[in-house]
Amino acid sequence: MLNYDIVVIGGGPAGMAAALKAKECGVDSILILERAETLGGILEQCIHTGFGLHYFGEELSGPEYADRFIQLVDEQKIEYKTDTMALEITENNIVYAINKTDGLLEIQAKAIILAMGCRERPRGALNIAGSRASGVMSAGTAQKYVNIDGYMPGKKVVILGSGDIGLIMARRMTLEGAQVKCVCELMPYSSGLTRNIVQCLDDFNIPLHLSCTVVNIHGKERVEGVTIAKVDENRRPIPGTEEYIECDTLLLSVGLIPENELTRAVGINLDPVTSGAVVDEYRETSHKGVFACGNVLHVHDLVDYVTLESQTAGEGAARYVLGKTEAAEYITTKGVNGVRYIVPQKVNIRNSGDVKLYFRVGQVYKNAKTVVKYNGEEIISKKRPRLAPGEMENVIIKNDMLKNFAEGGVIEISVEV
Amino acid sequence: MQKNIICVACPMGCAVTVEIAENGDILSVTGNTCKRGDAYARAECTNPVRSLATTVKVNGGIHNVVPCKSAGSLPKDKIMECMKIINAAQAEAPVSLGDVLVSNILDTGVDIVATNHCPAK
Amino acid sequence: MNYDVAVVGAGVIGSLIARELSRFNLKIALVEKCNDMAMGTSKANSAIVHAGFDAKPGSLKAKLNVEGTSLMPELCKTLGVPFKPIGSLVVAFSDEEVETLNELLERGNTNGVPGLEIYDRANLKEAEPYISDEAKAALWAPSAGIVCPYELTIAAAENAVVNGVEFIRNFEVKKIDFDGNSFTVSDGDTTISAKYIINAAGVYCDEIAALIGDTSIHTTPRKGEYMLCDKSIGHLANHTIFQCPSKMGKGILVTPTVDGNLLLGPSAIDIEDKNDITTCADTLSDVLEIAKKSVPCLTTREVITSFAGLRAHCDRNDFIIEPSEKNAQFINVAGIESPGLSSAPAIALYVKDIILKSTPAEEKNDFNPVREEPVRFRHMSNEERKALIEKNPAYGRIICRCETITEGEILDAINAPAGARDVDGVKRRTRAGMGRCQGGFCGSKVVELLAQELGVEINEITKFGGNSKILYDRTK
Repeated sequence: MLNYDIVVIGGGPAGMAAALKAKECGVDSILILERAETLGGILEQCIHTGFGLHYFGEELSGPEYADRFIQLVDEQKIEYKTDTMALEITENNIVYAINKTDGLLEIQAKAIILAMGCRERPRGALNIAGSRASGVMSAGTAQKYVNIDGYMPGKKVVILGSGDIGLIMARRMTLEGAQVKCVCELMPYSSGLTRNIVQCLDDFNIPLHLSCTVVNIHGKERVEGVTIAKVDENRRPIPGTEEYIECDTLLLSVGLIPENELTRAVGINLDPVTSGAVVDEYRETSHKGVFACGNVLHVHDLVDYVTLESQTAGEGAARYVLGKTEAAEYITTKGVNGVRYIVPQKVNIRNSGDVKLYFRVGQVYKNAKTVVKYNGEEIISKKRPRLAPGEMENVIIKNDMLKNFAEGGVIEISVEV
Repeated sequence: MQKNIICVACPMGCAVTVEIAENGDILSVTGNTCKRGDAYARAECTNPVRSLATTVKVNGGIHNVVPCKSAGSLPKDKIMECMKIINAAQAEAPVSLGDVLVSNILDTGVDIVATNHCPAK
Repeated sequence: MNYDVAVVGAGVIGSLIARELSRFNLKIALVEKCNDMAMGTSKANSAIVHAGFDAKPGSLKAKLNVEGTSLMPELCKTLGVPFKPIGSLVVAFSDEEVETLNELLERGNTNGVPGLEIYDRANLKEAEPYISDEAKAALWAPSAGIVCPYELTIAAAENAVVNGVEFIRNFEVKKIDFDGNSFTVSDGDTTISAKYIINAAGVYCDEIAALIGDTSIHTTPRKGEYMLCDKSIGHLANHTIFQCPSKMGKGILVTPTVDGNLLLGPSAIDIEDKNDITTCADTLSDVLEIAKKSVPCLTTREVITSFAGLRAHCDRNDFIIEPSEKNAQFINVAGIESPGLSSAPAIALYVKDIILKSTPAEEKNDFNPVREEPVRFRHMSNEERKALIEKNPAYGRIICRCETITEGEILDAINAPAGARDVDGVKRRTRAGMGRCQGGFCGSKVVELLAQELGVEINEITKFGGNSKILYDRTK
């Protein structure tokens, strides 16, 4: 049995930032477990730029952003094991993991930080009818083939889903010589950043079809085409609007799901909206000493926010290990009227600092207000010229405000138009 | 002439209209809600630029390609031409992050640099 | 090459026949038009071992079903294939249907099905807590079970190969000549010759028979569409839950699979195209609606994939297992629709007897009936895992995260006798890519391992042979 103060599961941006912060807070015995061959997580294949504008004030590519943290992990001599998969965490915070050199690892941790990231929603979840021909893959898989392996997954491409990965891949495939026929989006708006719509689609004259989906996939062995159709307000295809598009590839960018198998297996409470753990302001889960951060907690749009959140979790885990945690009196948070979720879901009012609440809205709003209420009473109101599901919002609850709250209270955030 | 532009200076995505004279002078910028929008729209009409991220072929590395980016902005209309040059370039492993893979591409004064390491096989 | 017997079609029937015949001193070829075995009906069906009360007493179906089902547990054990004797329930929702249950019970007793019993509503609710409140009664058949049909096919073919059978892939039989003594079988490029041909070509049985001028068989592909649900709702059915049968088949069932998923289906639509395994949104939504009649709390949310399979329906409405009228050395094994999988072990014995009757062969003394179950890392204890990785570090690397499949298991699948040659082949042998993410993460790793083991570039790897390539050229 190995012993570490903190075991971090996942060596992507979340895991590295959490480990570095915990180290800075005075914990030396830290081990990062990473399933890929290198640290960096999904950033390694996100070779486009646009990362780090908030955190570093620079526009970096994914691998560059990751490299800054990898350098720091090395400098700080934080231990890590790559090509290592965590299989199980137990009630008593033992982590079981395997790799080729150590075999089965049994690691007793004082605290565990979950930073496993997320995965892409597959075709099955959409139930697209048609053939099982080759040529249907998630946008992220295609991204790996193109950017890391250097192979083209297709030449004539239709993309379903206008999230940022779908948009980025539309440009990427075009730059590498593929013909991207169109991007279809089920919703009446794109969940991607405006900047990506302009620079990844408009720049290359790639049409974006809103309220549109793929209803059939054709081809026996390799995809030969897809049928797309308009959808009504209930997202049901409208008969008569079908259009056949010849293509050899269908890329899916239809959402991300936090990878919470380990979390679920040990019985940690999950939030049905985020599909991540229910956490407090230090990102501690319902299981003592187990923290969660990054896309395993809720799907982020910017890695910069992942870094910040993970530093909070790293600090929380360090405080836990060093016995610096306050007695807890919790209030809960709740998204209402247009706010889909809030993280953290609960806040310790004995906390000595300010608390930042992150939240996401369920649709696009123009010239709206976000309103924070404590037990029904408005305490903060912010004018927002634009709110969109693709962009995470935040609000800070100052400590002197927190001090006036009482255990069991409820903070609600809502959108008012 | 009128040109419609979606501003990307911030997530607002304002629809900006630029009125351009025959000689190319900008007569008016409307629809923007801030100064940055005005500046962006003028730049898009006179000298639109983009950054470029792609890969360069690597010989003898652990991967076939290494990611790269333009160290500065490139004229938008030269992006596909730049891709041709980058696709013809090759690097020998090991490649380090920051290595210049194509210098002064198309005489733009902009280098194409590696954005990750690619160790030798 | 000259063979005593050429089995055409490496589905569950052809593979089990080849294995059964490999007990004897016979030179056998197992000929398959696809890149792998179990590529037709055997890979996409209900995966049910039926008790045997459906078929008409006295029919070949009735006889072979009951026999096959009784052989199945032992056969699966010998071949290292998962089989679960969970039993089945036919649920009645009206008094009329309760009447049908009594008929089925009687028919089952005549067919020799053991242990049949009528459950009242209370018994049923206890057996299936999530069953609809509309259910009135059910027929309980304890001898029914579930099996993984493609694993059974693969295991049978592997074991056949170990015992000397030659597995010939990508050989689509296009021409058969007979010189009065033996057949010459050609795919257009290569030929093999065989004294006997066993036509186990599933939905293509009629076309293969027609190559020797036997036009007595007419196969209609009857399409069945299924939905596979996540393991998280696997507990919604403890047994295979049927509704009362109709003319087109046994209706929509809800059943656990041997891997703990929940399977809904199949629809039943007669089609023309024997290649058409596309799914249809309307049909699938009907499947779900009808399945909800049995288990009302089902939703689309937990569906991880859907698929279609074709049953080889023949006009005769019974299995056709007999020498062709055109040539006694050509044995048709046609019309093997449900309960074909359940009957498969008995069909293999039945065909063996036909062959031995006309060409007596000696039993080999080195026949090995056992096919060891492949390493299943996900089912092991931590102690076993530790020992395994110490022995072979390849088991220390997880490739498929959703199903916990290791590199070692994938290498085993590729390097097995008649091993996997494509991504779907690896998937069927190991479950890599069958989980929640459906290959999103592990797909590219599996492609890499296949390329490495087969000694080719990764863009030569296919999803299921032919033109189903996954990648085009290098980007640069």
